[in-house]
Amino acid sequence: MTEPAIHLHELCKTYRVPERESGMGAALKSLFHRRMKDIKAVDGLTFDLNPGEIVGFLGPNGAGKTTTLKMLSGLLHPTGGEGTVLGSIPWKRERAFLRQITLVMGQRNQLVWDIPAADSFELNRVIYRLSPTDFRHTLNELTELLELGPLLKKPVRNLSLGERMKCEIAAALLHRPQVVFLDEPTIGLDVTMQRRIRAFIAEYNRRSGATVLLTSHYMADVAALCKRVIVIHHGRLLFDGDLSALVQQFTAHKTIVVQLEDCHADLHTYGEVINCEDGRFTLRVPKAQTAHVTERLLADLPVIDLLVEDPPIEEVIDQVFTQEAA
Amino acid sequence: MNALREILALLHLYSQQFKTTFASMVQYRISLFIWMISQILEPLVYLIVWSTVSNSSGGSVGGYTARGFAAYYLVLMLVNQFTYTWIMWEYEYRVRQGLLSFALLKPVHPIHSDISDNLSSKIITLPILMFVAAGLALIFKPTAAFNWWAGLVFIPALILAFLVRFLIEWTLALAAFWTTRVNAINQVYFILMLFLAGQIAPLTLFPHWLQIVADILPFRWMLGFPVELLLGRLSHAQALLGLVAQFTWVIISLVLIRVIWRAGVRVYSAVGA
Repeated sequence: MTEPAIHLHELCKTYRVPERESGMGAALKSLFHRRMKDIKAVDGLTFDLNPGEIVGFLGPNGAGKTTTLKMLSGLLHPTGGEGTVLGSIPWKRERAFLRQITLVMGQRNQLVWDIPAADSFELNRVIYRLSPTDFRHTLNELTELLELGPLLKKPVRNLSLGERMKCEIAAALLHRPQVVFLDEPTIGLDVTMQRRIRAFIAEYNRRSGATVLLTSHYMADVAALCKRVIVIHHGRLLFDGDLSALVQQFTAHKTIVVQLEDCHADLHTYGEVINCEDGRFTLRVPKAQTAHVTERLLADLPVIDLLVEDPPIEEVIDQVFTQEAA
Repeated sequence: MNALREILALLHLYSQQFKTTFASMVQYRISLFIWMISQILEPLVYLIVWSTVSNSSGGSVGGYTARGFAAYYLVLMLVNQFTYTWIMWEYEYRVRQGLLSFALLKPVHPIHSDISDNLSSKIITLPILMFVAAGLALIFKPTAAFNWWAGLVFIPALILAFLVRFLIEWTLALAAFWTTRVNAINQVYFILMLFLAGQIAPLTLFPHWLQIVADILPFRWMLGFPVELLLGRLSHAQALLGLVAQFTWVIISLVLIRVIWRAGVRVYSAVGA
C-alpha cells in the first residue's frame, strides 16, 4: 500500500463573518457591537488521493471546493481536522512543500501584466531555484504541449483569455510539481480551448505522474479526465467513487431514444415522453424497467432505430444536488 | 555553506527581479515621467519658498542662507528618491485582489521581491534625478560645508535610511490584512513624515521640544539625518548617535515585521485568501 499523496481527515473550515442588516440604524449599531456569524464552508471532509490520480472535485457554487483547495495548498488554515499533502501539513507552508505543489486559479492571474510571459517564467525559475537545463527542458515541453511558441514574447495584457490561461498553467508547472490543484482552469474559455487544456492536463499527468485535483463547472472536463469524482455539498462529502458509479447511484432513470416514421404515435404508456423531433422520441424510463420497455417498443412499433442511454452527466449532478436539498 | 547558498540564491533573485522591474517600467514611460516630475516639484516648491523667506529676513533663517536651502533641498530630493517606497499603496490592492495568494504559494518570503523591486526602480530612476539635480544646482547655486568624513559616513547612513524607511513602511502596509481602509493610516503617516523627517523644513528650524520628538521617532532617520550629515551640519557625536538610532530602528522594525507578518498571514488565512 503506497502512502496517499493527499490525505484529509474530518477537515473543517468555519469562517466568522460580521452579520449586519441593511439600513442606517443597523449600520450605526454595528459600529459598537458586531454580531458575528459562523459559516461552515467545509464541514468534516475525509478522503485520500493516491499518487498519480486525477480526481474531479464537484459541487455547486459555495460547496466548499475552493476553500478545500486553498487549505490543501497552504493558503488557508483549517478550523478542525487533519490534512497532509505529500506527507507535509500544507498550512505550515514549508518551503520544501511549496516547491512540490501548485495551485491554478482560473479567475486569478499570477503573471505580470505588462511584460511577456517568458520574463515571468524566468522569475519563477529563480524563485523555485531550477537549474537552467531542467528549466529549459520543462519549458520546451510545455511550449510544445500548450503551443505557446508565439505567445511567450508578447506582453501578457495583449493575450486573449485562452492564451493567457495557457501561459498561467505553464507558469504554474515550471517547477514540475507533484501535486497540482486546478480550480476552474477552463472557466470562460471557448470549447476548442477547453478541449486543448483538457488534453494537456491528461498528457501532463501521464508524463509526470503528478496527482491532480480538479474542480470544474464543465462536466465535459470531468468526464474526459477523471475516472474518480468526489462530490461535496454544503461542505460535506456526498459521493466519492467512479464517475460511472455516481451515475448508477443517483439516477433511477434511463433515457430511451426511439426513431419512428413520425411523431404521431402515442408512447406515453411506455414511459415519460420528453420530446419528439422528426419521429425521434426521447423517453424517460425507470431503470429497472428498461429491458422490459425496450422489448415492448420493439415488438409493438415499427422501430427504425433504438438507443438506451444514461442521462447526461449534468443532469445527474443536478439531480444529486436537488436530492440533497430536498 | 548553506548560508552562502541562500545568499547567492537571493542575489540571483534580486538580479532577475531587476530585469522584470526594468521591463515593466519601460512599458510605462509616460507615467514614470509624470511621477518623476512630482518627485522633483515638491522639494523645489519648498526650496523656492524658503529661499524667499531667507532673502527677505536678512539673508539667513535658522542658519540657512538661500544657497544653504538650495543645497538642503537638492540633497533631500536625491535622498528621498533613494529611500522612497510605494508599498503602502500597493498592499491593500494585493490583499483585495488576492494577489498575495500567489506570493504565499511561492517558496520565498514576499519581502524579497519587494526589496529588489524597489532597489531596481531606484537604479533606473536615480541617474535621471541626479541629472535634474545637477541642472537645478546651476540655477540655485547651492553651498554647503562639505567634508570628507561626513561624505564617507553618508553612505552607510543612506543605506540604513533606506532600510528603516522600507521596513517601517512594509510593516505599516501589513495593516491591509486587518482593514481595507489603509488610506487613513497612510495619510497620518505622510503628514508625520512631512513634518518630522525634514521635508517641509529642516528640523533645526523647529522648536526644541519638536526636535526631541523627531529624534525619538523614526522619521528623521529615514530622510533628514543623511541630508544634514552630507551637508556637514552635524558633529561627530551627532553623526554617531544618528547611525546608532538608525541601526536601532532597523532592529525594531525587523522584529515588528516578524511578529506582524505572522499575525497578518494568520488573519489572511482565517478569513479567506
